[in-house]
Amino acid sequence: MRKIISFILIAIIAAGIFFSLQEIPFGAAKSRVREYYLDNGIEQTGATNIVTSVVVSYRGFDTLGEVTVLFLATIGLSAILYREKERKIKKRRKSSLILYTGCKFLFPLILLFGAYIFIHGHLTPGGGFQGGAIIASGFLLTMLGCWRWEGFNRNRFKITESISGLVFVVVGLLGLLYGGYFLSNYLPKGVPNELFSAGIIPIIYVVIGFKVGSEIAGIINDMVRSG
Amino acid sequence: MEFIENYLYYIASFGLILIGLYIMLVKKNLIKMIIGLSIIDTGVNILLISMGYLKEGTAPIFSHKDLLPSRMVDPVPQALVLTAIVIGVAILALALTLTIVLYRHYGTLNVRKIRDLKW
Repeated sequence: MRKIISFILIAIIAAGIFFSLQEIPFGAAKSRVREYYLDNGIEQTGATNIVTSVVVSYRGFDTLGEVTVLFLATIGLSAILYREKERKIKKRRKSSLILYTGCKFLFPLILLFGAYIFIHGHLTPGGGFQGGAIIASGFLLTMLGCWRWEGFNRNRFKITESISGLVFVVVGLLGLLYGGYFLSNYLPKGVPNELFSAGIIPIIYVVIGFKVGSEIAGIINDMVRSG
Repeated sequence: MEFIENYLYYIASFGLILIGLYIMLVKKNLIKMIIGLSIIDTGVNILLISMGYLKEGTAPIFSHKDLLPSRMVDPVPQALVLTAIVIGVAILALALTLTIVLYRHYGTLNVRKIRDLKW
């Protein structure tokens, strides 16, 4: 009975989507804001990657809100999983030599790759969110593959996360002081397509990279520790 | 046939959304319901990206001089999806954590056996 009701419901939704979809052409330019960002993006922000200039500069306040959502999810997760007495972790078998060596060899390279991704966020496809996710995957590798199955100290993740969030807000507030509005680009924009260009965009994206990396690594760490 | 060629991405994304909705409505296991939620998330991301697509457009990055702004895809949906993916991961982790606590409390993941949680 439940299946039939849900099937009818989904059929109704699908019919509604089908009729409204025919009004939306695929592969045609739809919004006028796209032209504005693409024509004026480099002059106004200095970043060659227009997606980055939309994320950090044009909609920087929106990004601050989304980072806050991520922060709240992490805090809620650790609050739910918290136990006053930590369960005794069973002694686990040490991983084999090949796994241990490969893991030790790969971990710094993964960190370096993540750092490359978020430092070059204003020039190449990439940025803080992607680089942070890559760094967190490196921490997951160490927890699964080698010496730290029992997890890391969770305060270190929290401290990194809080400091980077604070730097984001302070950089934005300095914009209020020097540029006249929150998150204004007050540093020199430089020559496009160079590493040190685009004013505050690289700084904010590096900070976002640290924040996202420590948050996702902290989520994984909490889940591993609570077992 | 032409309809399918023109609207392939829309069909795929709404297909994923409807599949996820069906899973969330029908399945009784909480983990499977969360998998449905994750499938809906993927479908919404594909839908947003395909809305901004331009025929034979390039990525909105001015890496060299001959790239024209009129031939680039819409950067705004890409910027939205960029953050939505990471937030999707965090929401997924939060939902799984709540499931862990529910399992500790009730000893089962079946929605029908958990009190006050049936429809």
